Amino acid sequence: MTPVRVSIVGAIASILLILVVLELVRGRRLKERYALLWLATGVVLLVLSIWRDGLNTIAGWAGVTSYPPAVLFAVATLFILLVLLHYSTVISKLTDENVDLAQRIALLEERVSRLGIPAD
Amino acid sequence: MTRQRLVAIVPAWNESGAIGKVVDEIRAYDPAIDVVVIDDCSTDDTAEVAEAHGATVLRLPLNVGIGGAVQTGFRYALAHGYQVAVRLDGDGQHAASEIPKLLAPLETGDADLVIGSRFVDPGGAYRPPFARRIGIGVFARLVSILGGQRVTDTTSGFVAIDRMGIELFAAEFPHDYPEVEATLVALRSGLRVKQVQVDMRERVTGSSSITFVRSLYYIVKVMLALLVASLRRYPRLEGAR
Repeated sequence: MTPVRVSIVGAIASILLILVVLELVRGRRLKERYALLWLATGVVLLVLSIWRDGLNTIAGWAGVTSYPPAVLFAVATLFILLVLLHYSTVISKLTDENVDLAQRIALLEERVSRLGIPAD
Repeated sequence: MTRQRLVAIVPAWNESGAIGKVVDEIRAYDPAIDVVVIDDCSTDDTAEVAEAHGATVLRLPLNVGIGGAVQTGFRYALAHGYQVAVRLDGDGQHAASEIPKLLAPLETGDADLVIGSRFVDPGGAYRPPFARRIGIGVFARLVSILGGQRVTDTTSGFVAIDRMGIELFAAEFPHDYPEVEATLVALRSGLRVKQVQVDMRERVTGSSSITFVRSLYYIVKVMLALLVASLRRYPRLEGAR
């Protein structure tokens, strides 16, 4: 069985995560698009912390018999991996967009210089 | 028949010592070629030197890597209606006097992309160091298998392409270590690729972008790019000719 304390600590940590993410979004320091995965992480961890029977059942499925809370760590790790992978795709897209913009600037600057418009 | 408009695309990063001579040589060899130097955010005066020698200079505001720089040239060629583009390196290793060899198959309509290869002719003068020879050979073999046509030097940056190739590469060109992958993309897009034997010189100044430390990244990156490129689907381009 999952110790009650583990459930309480897990629930508090999950709620804290959700609150911090919501506050970052509210203060416009985090875009909704990038907050969604973090919120999903918080909600899933919260559910697994509170719903103790569920955690035990899932642990049984996964073959984790000695210590069910290990499933909490596993799920948290999985979500962190997802978030990181998501960020890698975002960085790749930004890189491509940066290169595209740099190329456009180079082409435009050459045209402008041929027009003879002074830079000011 | 009027001569097709021709542009020489020369990517350069911190090549102020060599770029002037490169531009002069192309212009002296054929004054009808428009020379475009793409300055990949050099910290020296590469752009000013190239301009002083009569080249059109495209100044990238940030360093985008050799592929991104070359692609800027293709985008320029596309926007300005050039029918043929030749790509030469800014370090002077590609001799302007070899350009006609690259252009011949384009002018007769036998190819869309012509690669200046150092290994077509087994008696060629170029003998690379052992490790590099192995690498070049492995990439050439891989591209040949995946692209369905035998190529011998996929790492060459001395190439000429027709309008169809310009359109392809303006839209899609790898940003770093681009040559191997670009060759495969061209083959898979249905471009007719031909190789001609050229000689290349030792670089005059600067150093090769492929240092020992970067070799591993180079190999792994290119391998992954080839794998992914062979899994992607490329629309077949129909020959204009």
